[in-house]
Order: sequence, then C-alpha cells, then structure tokens
Amino acid sequence: MCRVVDVRKCFGSQEILRGVSLEVKTGEVVCILGPSGSGKTTLLRCINHLEKIDSGQVWVAGRLVGYREHKGRLHELPENEIALRRADIGMVFQKFNLFAHMTVLENLALAPVLVRRQKRGIVEARAKELLERVGLAGKGDSYPSQLSGGQQQRVAIARALAMEPKLLLFDEPTSALDPELVSEVLNVMKQLAGDGYTMIVVTHEIGFAREAADSIVFMDDGVVVEQGSPHEVIFNPKQERTQAFLSKVL
Amino acid sequence: MVLPDHEIAHRGRDYAAATPATDIKAVPVRHPGRWIGAAAVAVALAMLAHTIATNPRFQWGVVGQYFSSSSILMGLVRTIELTVMAMLIGILLGIVLAVMRLSPNKVLSTTSWAYIWFFRGTPLLVQLIFWYNLSALFPTLSIGIPFGPGFVSGSANAFITTYVAAILGLGLNEGAYMAEIVRAGILSVDEGQIEAAYSLGMRRSQVMWRIVLPQAMKVIIPPTGNQTIGMLKSSSLVSVISVPELLFTAQIIYTRTYQTIPLLIVASLWYLAVTTVLTVGQFYVERHFAKGGSRRLPLTPLQSLRRKLGEQVKGKSNDPRFTH
Repeated sequence: MCRVVDVRKCFGSQEILRGVSLEVKTGEVVCILGPSGSGKTTLLRCINHLEKIDSGQVWVAGRLVGYREHKGRLHELPENEIALRRADIGMVFQKFNLFAHMTVLENLALAPVLVRRQKRGIVEARAKELLERVGLAGKGDSYPSQLSGGQQQRVAIARALAMEPKLLLFDEPTSALDPELVSEVLNVMKQLAGDGYTMIVVTHEIGFAREAADSIVFMDDGVVVEQGSPHEVIFNPKQERTQAFLSKVL
Repeated sequence: MVLPDHEIAHRGRDYAAATPATDIKAVPVRHPGRWIGAAAVAVALAMLAHTIATNPRFQWGVVGQYFSSSSILMGLVRTIELTVMAMLIGILLGIVLAVMRLSPNKVLSTTSWAYIWFFRGTPLLVQLIFWYNLSALFPTLSIGIPFGPGFVSGSANAFITTYVAAILGLGLNEGAYMAEIVRAGILSVDEGQIEAAYSLGMRRSQVMWRIVLPQAMKVIIPPTGNQTIGMLKSSSLVSVISVPELLFTAQIIYTRTYQTIPLLIVASLWYLAVTTVLTVGQFYVERHFAKGGSRRLPLTPLQSLRRKLGEQVKGKSNDPRFTH
C-alpha cells in the first residue's frame, strides 16, 4: 500500500531524513516511535507530499507521490493531481486542525462534496454515521471550539474517514491532549485498526503501539534504527539506541 | 522569616475566623480631581450648546430648508454610489493584490508590492486629478492584442468621464490599502488549517476561498469598516474634479447664496448620518463572521431589549455564545 524508498529530506543545511525506507502492506498498522527531532513527523508529511522530498521515492497505492515517470524522466505533478492523490490519504494532526469557522458536520462534509463531488445529502448521512462511530452522535451542529480536545481529535479522525482514504496517517494524535482524554482517542484508533484500515501512526504511546501495531519502526536521527513486530522491538530490542529510548519511556 | 507549613496553615485559619462573611459596608473613596474636571467639561459643553442655540449666524432655518432639498439628496446619492463602487473595486483589488503579494512567483509578488508602494505613496488628490486628465497622456484608448492591433478604440475623454475618473481614482487607491488589510487577515489564519485542507485533497484556490478567507474575515472586517467610513468622507475630494457629490452640491449652492456655514452643516449632518448607519452595519457583519469563535459576542440591541423585558426566548438559538 505504501512504500518509502531511500528518502532524504533537508531543511536548509540540516538533513532531517537520511535515507529512510519503509514498507506498509494493505491492512497493516505501523507505529513509528522515536525521540523528538528524529524525523518521524517529516516522514509522515513526505508521504502525502506536504513536504517535497529531496531524493528517493514514495509510493502510495501503486503510484508515485508528487511525481510521474515518463520516458525515464520524473515530471512534477500539476497541483490538481497532487490534490487528487492526497484525497486518498487521510491525515490526523497533533493539533486537530478542525476548520474553526465550520460546524462539525460541515467539517466532515466539505471535502467529499468539494473534492469528490459527491451529493451533499449522501455525504451528510454518512458523516452522521461516522460521528456515531467515533462516539460523537448528535455533536454535528457544534463548533470545534465548543468541544474538548479529545472530542475534536475524534472529529478530525471522522473527517479523514469521510474521504474513504486508502491510507491513514496519524501525526502524534494524542500529544496535545490532557492525559484523561488520551484513551478515548486511542480507543477509536484501535477500533479502526481492527476494522482493517491501513495506518501509519507516529506516537509516543508505547501501550497503543504494543496493542494495535502489526509492526513497529524505531527512528532516530533521520534513519530507521530498528523495525519488527511489537514483541521484537519493544521487549527484545537489538539496537543499543532502541534500548536506551525504551528504558526512558517504559 | 520563613514560616513552616503548619504555621502558615494555622495563621490562615486565624485570619479566616477574624473576618466574618458579611457584606462590606465601607465609605467609598472620594475623587475631587475628577469632579473638578467633570465640572469644567460640563461648563464648556453648556457654552457650546448655548452658542449653537442662540447664535443667529448658524442660520438653522437655512439648514432645515436645504437639508432635504432635492439637489442635496441627489448629491448624497452620488456620494453613496461613489463610496460603494470605490469600496467594491478596492476590496476586490485588495484581495487580488494580497494573494499576489503572498505568491511564490517573484514577478507577481514584486508587482503587487510596487503597486501598493506607488498608490500609498502618492496623495489621493494627485491621483484623482491624474485620472481626470488621463486623456492628456492617452488621447485614444483601445482594446486589442498587446503590442499588436486594436479591435475597439475610442476617445479617452468619452470613456473617462469625471464620474469614471472619480471611481477609478478612489477605487485604485483604496485597493492598495485593502491589500494590506487582506494580507494581514490571510496571515492571521493558522497554518494548520491550510495543511488540513490540503491533506483532504483541496486545491490552492479552494483552500483560499473556503478555508482561509472566511476565517481571515474576522481580522479583515473591522479595518474595512474603518476604510469604508474613511471612503465616505474621502469621496468629498472628488469635488475638485467637479463630480456633483454631496460636498460639491453644497458648494454650488453656497457660492450662489453665500450661506456657507449652514450648507456645510447640512453636508456634515448627512455624512454623520451615513457614518452612523455604516457603524451599525459593521456590528452585524462582524457578528456574522465571528462564527465558530470562542469569544462571547455582544448582544444586539434587540437581544438586550428582550433581556431587559425579562423575556426568555428559549430554543430560538441554542448557541450559548449568543447569550450571556
């Protein structure tokens, strides 16, 4: 479903990603762990082309992200095609980023109507189902500012689901939440993992990673240090760097 | 001296016991300085009211006679037309210039910068006279292929009437100021909103019109209201190119009748009246664009009237921000 091949990315003179490769199969849940500044978030943003990569390749659903190969040369995709490919990749942000001037229902319905050109009536009916699924039935007419952080993040997840994405990216979805609200978001995510969604989750929640992930990637300093099943990476880390990190967070 | 914790707790209890929970009845502090100031201002106001009421040279009868005369009302309509047209041009141009200014393309952003630099940097009066005299620079105007043949052409004097010159002069100048206001609004929208919109597959133009500008309005509206009120009065400048708006109409009358002061009062009263209407309009427009904000909105006069009458209109609005 998603294949990252030797991706490099610099901001100015600082190299944030130094040759990252990663493979995520359809229906798989991959959690990316690692200290701050290790390049986890940048990697996620490269996958849906919010950041342009400097070298390497990113494939999602069998297609190159951001570029098209033609007669052996890479061509940058025009804006509307990049947008169409992004529409297949849902993203959930650390700070929710719900559209502040729209109600919850409008947040969910906007992109399916505008981008997918689906009928408003159908979209809104599905949006209500999605709200029920994340435990927020009846909150459709509220504005984001009237909801708690946990509720906002669940709306953000529902908004991503409304586009029926092939791949879901989560960028530290619980880092901005009060501790008591973390579980309500993680429960929704576990449910999605069980429903067979393909997910890449950048997180500091080791417990969630252990329970929900099929595979865990440990990143540090712009490279993948260790990768494997939760059992291997969390309980029997081979690399010293992984051991040091886990000993601090577990 | 640092007290141990139990000691602080003990003293705190003593303090609480010493002050029983009764309403405070204390003699309020007097403010003699304020009273003297208020008295001086009251005397000055009384003198002003007295002279307005008794000085016959105000010629209130003449003011009343011309206040709703047809020529003054025609001038008023023209002033409102000029204000509306110039602000429409200014706002649309301002949005275009602001978007250009923020474009990654250097030609677009520099052109926008230069436009703003030029139109803010020269006096509005000079610009108005310039547009009025455009035919001296371009005797004929034509539409066609750049550097190529023209399809339609005509005399500049026929196209640039004084009215068109006035609207162009006011509108193009306003565009420069509105551009900076719109740009401030756009920059005030959180980056995360834009990223979220992009990640849902929206295109740049969709993100701008559906996500950024609606939220930027909260920042754009108050200074735009200010600009509109400013425009209402700047439009009197076009009297120098003989556009018969409110001030020019008043001038025509008083050069004939020598009743300068009363006619200036007539014009001023109308400017004040329209400004008042605009201020009220701005209040409601601001409320409209405050949607989704966490700040509590001020009550509308209707709402506060209902409140005073003790009428609880429940179920009419379930948005808690609209009630206190």
